[in-house]
Amino acid sequence: MTFEYSPAPESTAIVDISAQYGLFINGKFVAAKGSKTFNTINPATEKVLSKIAYAQASDVDKAVVAARSAYTKVWSKMAPQERGKYLFRIARIMQERAREFAVLETMDNGKPIRETRDIDVPLAAAHFFYHAGWADKLKYAGAGDNPRPHGVVGQIIPWNFPLLMLAWKVAPALATGNTVVLKPAETTPLTALLFAEVCQQAGLPTGVVNIVTGDGATGSALVNHPDIDKIAFTGSTGVGKGIARAIAGTGKSATLELGGKGANIVFDDSPIDQTVEGIVSGIFFNQGHVCCAGSRLLVQENVHDELIEKLKRRISQIRVGDPLDKNTDLGAINSAAQLARIKEISSSGDAEGAHRWSPECTLPEKGFWYPPTIFTGVTQANRIAQEEIFGPVLSVLTFRTPQEAIDKANNTPYGLSAGVWTEKGSRILWAAKQLKAGVIWANTFNKFDPASPFGGYKESGWGREGGRHGLAAYLKGGEK
Amino acid sequence: MQLVEGTDSSIRRFLKQLPGVDQVGAESRAAMLGTRSIKTASKKWAIDCAISMIDLTTLEGSDTDGKVKALCTKAVHPDPTDPTVPSVGAICVYNDKVATARKHLDAIGGQSIPVAAVSTAFPSGRASLEVKKQDTLDALNSGATEIDMVIDRGAFLSGDLVKVFTEIVYIKELCGDRAHLKVILETGELVTLDNVRKASHLAMAAGADFIKTSTGKISPAATAPVVLVMLEAVRDWYEMTGIRIGVKPAGGIRTTKDAIKQLVLVRETAGEEWLTPKLFRIGASALLNDLLMQRMKLRNGNYAGPNYVTLD
Repeated sequence: MTFEYSPAPESTAIVDISAQYGLFINGKFVAAKGSKTFNTINPATEKVLSKIAYAQASDVDKAVVAARSAYTKVWSKMAPQERGKYLFRIARIMQERAREFAVLETMDNGKPIRETRDIDVPLAAAHFFYHAGWADKLKYAGAGDNPRPHGVVGQIIPWNFPLLMLAWKVAPALATGNTVVLKPAETTPLTALLFAEVCQQAGLPTGVVNIVTGDGATGSALVNHPDIDKIAFTGSTGVGKGIARAIAGTGKSATLELGGKGANIVFDDSPIDQTVEGIVSGIFFNQGHVCCAGSRLLVQENVHDELIEKLKRRISQIRVGDPLDKNTDLGAINSAAQLARIKEISSSGDAEGAHRWSPECTLPEKGFWYPPTIFTGVTQANRIAQEEIFGPVLSVLTFRTPQEAIDKANNTPYGLSAGVWTEKGSRILWAAKQLKAGVIWANTFNKFDPASPFGGYKESGWGREGGRHGLAAYLKGGEK
Repeated sequence: MQLVEGTDSSIRRFLKQLPGVDQVGAESRAAMLGTRSIKTASKKWAIDCAISMIDLTTLEGSDTDGKVKALCTKAVHPDPTDPTVPSVGAICVYNDKVATARKHLDAIGGQSIPVAAVSTAFPSGRASLEVKKQDTLDALNSGATEIDMVIDRGAFLSGDLVKVFTEIVYIKELCGDRAHLKVILETGELVTLDNVRKASHLAMAAGADFIKTSTGKISPAATAPVVLVMLEAVRDWYEMTGIRIGVKPAGGIRTTKDAIKQLVLVRETAGEEWLTPKLFRIGASALLNDLLMQRMKLRNGNYAGPNYVTLD
């Protein structure tokens, strides 16, 4: 016998999923006006997890009314340190229920339990802790002497980090004194609904957080609602552009976190083993469903072959399969639609002459799966070098000089993230100055911290989330 | 294959072309591998594998013939109540106890278990080359078939790489066909992971059959990032030369969990070819009993406690 890891599945006994969920409005789960529902499934098994209420425009209106009332009567009048206490309480409850959140997120999203357990849930709690501390110190947030909340904020979050994106949105909004109507993604509503329970458990005043489940039309109703003061959106560039058009001239402010095609630049003096790890986590973390993924690998041509050989050996070690297994590295693709999209763009790589490689791996029969894949011989003109794939697919390009690396890295409509790998400190600083990207990682990739602002240049978005910059987006400053 | 001549410029050139190690990245990779969850059948396999890889060690000033004999008895039959428990990989003692160990092992059916001697003025390595050679010869003449030598860390840190290199070459010559040479880097004194990678390659180029982390007398010893870097070094060396060099973490590995983490590091870094006592050893003393208790627990379903395994 060899050292094959036996299955090590995390138990699902800790989660208690209701057969049906209503909308969370004014502190209570309520039925939607219409009888329409939609199913949320486990993408690793295609089994239905629960039936979710579908919010129409009139339900969204009820949620906004509740949020407005909570804002005017309670939340905007509360002493800032009291607001902070609620955030601390929510953060602690999230930590106490961390395993429950992790298992539920893995079931609803398809991402490995190792990631939900070690990254998504701890980071989500960290965002609440971080912002809890800010609640009574907003004068020092850099948003002027008299920082005030916008009022009611409409928040629309994606399916790739359902709970973490909720935390990125809800924590700063509440810390700054706004109230919230949040719409989770259609395919991943469950952790947001569990979060609603946490709000109840924390005794958060009713109406401060409202959660409406639905699809694009629900989101659109939220964006277009006249009593919303600010929109915070994370998702695709296409939808983001639509939101920008919809709110133009309305006086609503917005932060948009959109797509990316991050360049991961490897110079020939990089620490090669850790570079390989960074490339792997850059593109295969969360199945590549990451807006800041390092999906374009730019390698100095003189180390290309050696690096690719090492990268292939490492990718062959990736364990694809049951997301609930504690040893799984790459889980399920979130939905059939996303899988189809990954397949479509990837096949253009084949058609345009790039060389596809995947390790031998058996994919489960049920569910949505895509093997870790790299394309070598990619050029700037290929679709797979330009378009966001949002899957476990890496495009490898080469460069000859540092300037060429920068030029290629910046030659994209996006500008969310970039990575630089070199042992030369001066080159890191030089590259960071040239790169047009909101986040630049040096000798690491996909590292997040609540204190660090995150956001994009160009078509990757407006504004920043996290840190002081992120707080400022939820505040009006200056004039009295 | 001669990659390096014993000259300063040749050694420097060779070590200079090695890629750097990013400490943060290496630590995070090692930590991630530490989260692997090894259960049921794979755990059972890993426990027996780890037992067979132990260099059961006693390196105390208070060592006596009695203590060494007891250790040898334990090495052959780690659990007297269960003959399916494998013997350990080797016995590791100071050179003046080698003859006792060899004789006792032979007398009780442990002929196949090698005796390793720590050598070259272990643990500090602060002695003249003549003394180090004599130390090694003594051990070989007493029947040691494995020599665990220490490198001169002072020479390494001061940049006298030729001294480090040639000492290993001399000791390797003495070992010849008679003994395997394990070279102890004492990574706790080399401190940086760049140094660990350099010292690993230096030792392999000079003729080491095994590279070993530590003497066990310095802390930190066999940390996961250090073992990771050393496993990467032997993997890269194999790609360069086609020769597989062994790795021996020693010091601080006390529990079954620690040992299994080591095996996971091996499997996912150097590869499964290294999962044999020929290429991977764990230098330990207390570890064996914890492995035995965990083994009993898997077999009987309950945890028996320290009085159900023998003290030594």
